[in-house]
Amino acid sequence: MKLIFEKSVPGRSHQYLPKCDVDGVRLPENLSRTHAPKLPELSETDLSRHYTELNRNVHGVNSGFYPLGSCTMKYNPRINEEMAALPGFTGIHPLAPAHTTRGAQEVLEVSRQLLCEITGMDDMTFQPAAGAHGEFAGVLLIKQYHHARGDFKRTKIIVPDSAHGTNPATAAMCGYTVVNIPSAPNGCVDLEALKQVLGEDTAGLMLTNPNTVGIFDENILEITRLVHEAGGLCYYDGANLNAVMGVVRPGDMGFDCVHLNLHKTFSTPHGGGGPGSGAVGCKAHLAPFLPKSAMMDEGEHIQVRSFAGNFLVVVKAMTYILTLGREGIPEAAKNAVLNANYLQAKLKGTFTPAFDRICMHEFVLDLSSFRKETGVSALDVAKTLIDYGMHPPTMYFPLIVHEALMLEPTETESVETLDWAAEVLRKLYALAYEDPEYMHNAPHNAQIARPDEVRAARNPILRYQA
Amino acid sequence: MASYIPSTHPERQAMLRAVGVESLRELYRDVPEAMYLEDGALNIPEGLSEAEVCRKVTAMAAKNHVFPTVLRGAGAYDHYIPSIVKYIPAKEEFLTAYTPYQAEMSQGILQSIFEYQTDICELTGMDVSNASVYDGASAAAEAAAMCRDRKRRVTLISGAAHPDTINTVRTYCYGTNDELRVIPVKDGKTDLEALRGLLTADVASVYVQQPNFFGLFEDTEELGKLTHEAGAMYILGCNPIALAIMKTPAEQGADIAVGEGQPLGMPLSYGGPYLGFMATTTKHMRKLPGRIVGQTVDAKGERAFVLSLQAREQHIRREKASSNICSNQALCALTAGLYMSAMGAEGMAEAARQSMAKAHYLANALCALPGVSMKYSGAYFHEFVTVMPKSEEVLRALEEAEILGGLPVEGGILWCATEKVTREELDRAVSIVKEVLSA
Repeated sequence: MKLIFEKSVPGRSHQYLPKCDVDGVRLPENLSRTHAPKLPELSETDLSRHYTELNRNVHGVNSGFYPLGSCTMKYNPRINEEMAALPGFTGIHPLAPAHTTRGAQEVLEVSRQLLCEITGMDDMTFQPAAGAHGEFAGVLLIKQYHHARGDFKRTKIIVPDSAHGTNPATAAMCGYTVVNIPSAPNGCVDLEALKQVLGEDTAGLMLTNPNTVGIFDENILEITRLVHEAGGLCYYDGANLNAVMGVVRPGDMGFDCVHLNLHKTFSTPHGGGGPGSGAVGCKAHLAPFLPKSAMMDEGEHIQVRSFAGNFLVVVKAMTYILTLGREGIPEAAKNAVLNANYLQAKLKGTFTPAFDRICMHEFVLDLSSFRKETGVSALDVAKTLIDYGMHPPTMYFPLIVHEALMLEPTETESVETLDWAAEVLRKLYALAYEDPEYMHNAPHNAQIARPDEVRAARNPILRYQA
Repeated sequence: MASYIPSTHPERQAMLRAVGVESLRELYRDVPEAMYLEDGALNIPEGLSEAEVCRKVTAMAAKNHVFPTVLRGAGAYDHYIPSIVKYIPAKEEFLTAYTPYQAEMSQGILQSIFEYQTDICELTGMDVSNASVYDGASAAAEAAAMCRDRKRRVTLISGAAHPDTINTVRTYCYGTNDELRVIPVKDGKTDLEALRGLLTADVASVYVQQPNFFGLFEDTEELGKLTHEAGAMYILGCNPIALAIMKTPAEQGADIAVGEGQPLGMPLSYGGPYLGFMATTTKHMRKLPGRIVGQTVDAKGERAFVLSLQAREQHIRREKASSNICSNQALCALTAGLYMSAMGAEGMAEAARQSMAKAHYLANALCALPGVSMKYSGAYFHEFVTVMPKSEEVLRALEEAEILGGLPVEGGILWCATEKVTREELDRAVSIVKEVLSA
């Protein structure tokens, strides 16, 4: 389809502003722009149609099944959107006098209490704007804690090799040396490997539980105890909280701080990549170190962005938690786990699970022997799924499984959808033996055929030029 | 209580049987008994129906006061947002999609980002823009991180930058154990002479905000020249509305242009979601953090868009990545692109001119009152600081008249006007100030 710039016609525009009712002021000559930016010029009709056309070329959760592992693509309730769009929320200035923003403070306080209870933490900040941003704030809590005690010898953060790439990248951003530890054959933390690297230089451990292969680490209490014994702190990456919310709490597992992805677990939409909210919770001993705003709060604190964070996202998450409540939160988790296990069971006899056992909210398929037999890769399977209107699972992650496909159906999918997905995957499994070529070239009926990513990286074209 | 779970009880029983277990509890066999929360143990209120939750949350919103007249900025600006800019980003596909990893299913999002990147390049005069970052403050911090290398580790930031930006950059520097030095302010602007003294051989970058926190235009070209003479990189934090009429950051000498994108069609929303824009020269392209969308061709030779230059990113480089960022504010970038297309270059310039004109009208009217004066004398855009007696009473009286007055800052009040306020509203505000001062 055409770019908006290719639809532009000089002089075409729409009038949104009234005539200026005060005298004009000239910008000093040396500061003035010499030529206007070449922004598109369209009628409002064309503008509306352009974006409607773009929107047609997007697959959202509302369009169809989206089993993207570790991303928790659950349904995003409309009521959340309606609440966040209330003028009482969108129309308030972050620096308005506190007595005029009591409702906003109530949203943050109610959300803080709900999420502290769900995570077993004592305090929480909503300033971080995304999961990775929350990781950054969370690991800085650990750093400040050690520093405040005059302990500057702790220079290492331990990360399992199954971790998401943001974990080591975050530790590095916080000035730490990353110590990668190998996973045990069952995908969980190898206790012996952990013991070997723990020591006086250990600042902390970053862990997801259930982990990235969808298994709850049964040794979790032993793991956090060992880290604490060495003087380190435990960081919980909340990427997989949807499996256990309301069922077991990171605080009870022995974690000191946690980041949540309100845009995964708590149903706020991903918006094609953001805005999200990476709320960070912590136990009381870390609470004094939470980030705050230089403009909105007193005292010296760390800060990871302006003001109080993505406030409207918090409104949506709060609406969701209030809706589900005491019974609904654990029920959602349990059904997410049930749906994953059901889909895994329905695939028996086709693709091999990387770990053949009861899973949590997601499971990983290992296509390496399938690929050897058929020549069809995980990527080929993923791309063929697109023709069926199913968003592919997460591919090639975690790195400890080769030819990985990671499926997370979430609790908001019906049994018919899961049956259908299993049937499609079975069909593709068979197709790979009959016509691998077809799958190498998939998708066949999508918005585009496979794009040339190498060319994009070698000869970067990152903007339109006439 | 609504849980958005479709399965009925009989369906669940059948699914459990298919899995080969008796109960949901059995699925959690790896969870130690002691920490498993039995039914009802979670101590939060019972769930609500949609009608109830709607009433409850609406009541919270009603406890906020929305001022019809806003004369406060300081990093969040109340511009007019065309109706179409509010409507289109609410379309459900845009809203509910994930990061566009699967290009074959995400051309709409990818193209919208590519168009946004083009708009930002046009606005800033830079060669390359990323797909956006969290907000203006974190954009400044990411830009400073881009500039550090083995030898040059120190970041200098103007004391006239937004306090949240300074504190955020300080935090990112604390993360990597690097030093941040704040350049002193003289007469409301970055002190050029002080900068000269601070530009040691270990300085990686200098960050200046244009217009600055007090609304004043900085002597950015002079500051940039000094910075470059010392071999450091020059980062400009710009107001995107001002950019419609102001010399581009590229022309002002910037190596990296960043800024708070909120004025591009995002409501105030108590501070977020906003977006940070970030653009640089081709030379520094591969150091730019965050998502970037590139154009390529598909297997049939047709134009296609993909997430590109991923070799920079954490999922490939892990601890060697320069940033951990793995998302953008896609829906906000879409909003910003839409705003810029709706307003067009002329519409944005008009918003900038009117904002500036109204701020000057307000400043002149306020300073005509006895006892009121401008704190600084330099040229300014749509914000300015006044010195006046009875500041607190003035702001309280304005508030009672449904006007959100300027922000109290050290030694004065920081006012802001946008194209949204009318002359009548400004006159009314001034007459209230007059009344308080003459009482």
